[in-house]
Amino acid sequence: MMDFGFKLSKSATLDLDRADTGRYERLCALEPDARICMNCGSCSATCTAAPFSGMSLRKVILGLQRGQDVRPMLQGCMLCGKCSMVCPRGINTRHLILTLCRIYD
Amino acid sequence: MKENVVVIGGGVAGMEAARQLLLLGYNPILVEQQDHLGGHVAQWNRLFPDMAPAGDLVRRLWDGITDANIFLETRVTSVNRLKDDYLVMLSNGVSISCRAILIASGFKLFDAARKEEYGYGVYDHVVTNADLESWFNGNESDRIPSAPRSVGFVHCVGSRDLKAGNSQCSKVCCITAVKQAIEMKERFPEARVYCFYMDLRLFGKKYEDFYIRAQQEFGIQFIRGRVSEVGETLDGRLQVKAEDTLSGKPLKVQLDLLVLMAGMSCNPDVAELARMARLDIDSDGFLRSLDNTAGIDVSNRPGIFYAGACTGAKTVPETLGEARSAALDIHRYLQGR
Amino acid sequence: MIYEGKQKIWQDYQKEIPDDHWYYVRSCIRQNFFPASERKFTDITQQILGKDVYETPYHTTCGGIAYHCDAIPQVTVMTIVARQFALMTEAGYENYVPSCVTSFGNYVEILETWHEFPELETRIREQLWKACRREFNKPKYLAHTSDLIYHWRNEIAEKARVRLIDRETGEPMRMAEHIGCHYAKMFPSKGIGGAEYPYVLAGMIESWGGQVVDYPERRHCCGYGFRQYHTKANRGYCVSNTHKKFESMEPYGIQAILTNCPGCCYFMDRWQYVIAEQTGKTYGKDGFGIPVFTYEELAGLVLGYDPWDLGLQLHQVAVEPFLDRIGVEYDPKAKYLGVNKEDLLRPELPVNLKCF
Repeated sequence: MMDFGFKLSKSATLDLDRADTGRYERLCALEPDARICMNCGSCSATCTAAPFSGMSLRKVILGLQRGQDVRPMLQGCMLCGKCSMVCPRGINTRHLILTLCRIYD
Repeated sequence: MKENVVVIGGGVAGMEAARQLLLLGYNPILVEQQDHLGGHVAQWNRLFPDMAPAGDLVRRLWDGITDANIFLETRVTSVNRLKDDYLVMLSNGVSISCRAILIASGFKLFDAARKEEYGYGVYDHVVTNADLESWFNGNESDRIPSAPRSVGFVHCVGSRDLKAGNSQCSKVCCITAVKQAIEMKERFPEARVYCFYMDLRLFGKKYEDFYIRAQQEFGIQFIRGRVSEVGETLDGRLQVKAEDTLSGKPLKVQLDLLVLMAGMSCNPDVAELARMARLDIDSDGFLRSLDNTAGIDVSNRPGIFYAGACTGAKTVPETLGEARSAALDIHRYLQGR
Repeated sequence: MIYEGKQKIWQDYQKEIPDDHWYYVRSCIRQNFFPASERKFTDITQQILGKDVYETPYHTTCGGIAYHCDAIPQVTVMTIVARQFALMTEAGYENYVPSCVTSFGNYVEILETWHEFPELETRIREQLWKACRREFNKPKYLAHTSDLIYHWRNEIAEKARVRLIDRETGEPMRMAEHIGCHYAKMFPSKGIGGAEYPYVLAGMIESWGGQVVDYPERRHCCGYGFRQYHTKANRGYCVSNTHKKFESMEPYGIQAILTNCPGCCYFMDRWQYVIAEQTGKTYGKDGFGIPVFTYEELAGLVLGYDPWDLGLQLHQVAVEPFLDRIGVEYDPKAKYLGVNKEDLLRPELPVNLKCF
């Protein structure tokens, strides 16, 4: 391959037709409340880990819907449960995170 | 001899107001341009949030005005003020003298073809909310595939759109999109259904419950981002681009059907009516109420009142409520109180 | 695709184009990229169509390229443009036609700006007078050269010696059209057919016998992006945009692309070589690329010009398969002979993109 000093850039576009949402579907089967997240961000705003580790439960659920690998975020979770206190939709967030960890195992 | 009240517009606002005016002992004269009553609602299939058939509501309203004078396929040709009375001339040659007029001329559905990027009228499988309701009503359409694998809804088409000349929110489109998304999912359980929204404005009674059901029971995906471009693929599907603003990334998806939630624009015919009756037009093109808080049904002219979407986007319950309050305000006005 | 829907939009975006007496200005870069195109525009319009198209050697760049590269401010560009208008006025013309799409966009933008801010126009008039003692009238009509070829497309079709028909199959040639961003995206009302479904090039293809093929990324920018390309570190994302277009085009069997912008034509042609050398992928048949033509080149082919006189040997993508399909005769041995039949030597051929 010829070196021109520049290369094709990787596209950042999320292609929903190619997104593997298998994990999201499995999560919804086990934790139906995953579906009712409305991306308000309360969980991430109050998260102990968010400011230091990049953890955001909002982004975890969104990322799964878009077929992304969210393990690096999950690993930051300290399981303190503050997010479940603030979720206005009453999602059992702590349980959801543990279920998701099992799906990844 | 019962006193005449001219009601301009035979949609649900005009029908309900006429019904109330009859009950109050007046002689409402309902003037409608089209050949049927019920306006936009008569074209709709089911109404949120109870999924009541729209036809039932229109029929109930019809039953309440069998004693009213109804002129279909008739337009107002002039309105003149003669001392305390108005002389209203109609296109069928009838002239009516009255002390009070109710304007219930409604809205115009935004012409979705004006948002050229969505390709309404260009791409085979792009339809509007109204087209979909018509299909729900049993009218066949070759635009709607027989077994769609994926369906998208675009909120705010021609609403909250300064460039299209409509800065206002059309209020009903968010909940209509949720309703129609559920209805499509009921028909096609295997299809993936997406709603592309800028904000979800689910303000009315039971609307939020409807939204939760759409997520929980039907797995409808809500993507926060306005669709910016639609193209057609080789196999006749639609390639849709939006930003997934919650991920902060551009997003694309192929759909078999795209439904545009065309909003409520001002009825352009109202400009001529306003000129004839010397009524004020608001900056959004709708009729200007005397007071947007406590006098939404009151015009700048004595004896002329408003009901429904002629002053701005309204839901059906709001429209019916306004029709009743306008009928009462007319009654008080005619009683000199 | 609902053709009537597009026709309805096309009707909404038409503009008045006078039939004669045009003052013509050239592009900075086209004579290097596609050296015969501008010369053939004057040949076709003056000699074949018998139109009065006037140009003067005193005209310069419009400044648009430097403006879009963030190299000079708009008031400087405006003064350059004012001098161009002064030359038109002195020559006794009032219809102005630039050959570059960015120039066209630049002129439209400046005229609209002066319309909204008349005090700026007054200031520019003063600056021009101080700088070179010139005065100007604004053009009565402004069109891009592709608008004129579009306007005369049926006259060209009447004189056609070749039609855009596949000789093998008898079917219309499958062609894509690509409009420069500065043609209509800034001011959709100034472009024939608007910006979403432009008709200026589609009209030529239809009139000359071809079939216009739409594809999902048709509206996407070619990727040139002026200062983006000119900074080497950014070139990767310029070529990525072209790549995105060709990937989208791939399943449609497109046989040629017609463009109206100097940059688009150049980059959609040359990047096919870069993409082929970097990824091994080509987008035409049998290892060839998809040829990309200027509207003058395509009009020239239709009118029976020798392809080497049209400068088609300067294209990166081999044009011969296309010429064979539509039945244009040419001498393969004459490809690299100059105007005086002097041997220009043969270029080094790419590894992955098949060329002659």
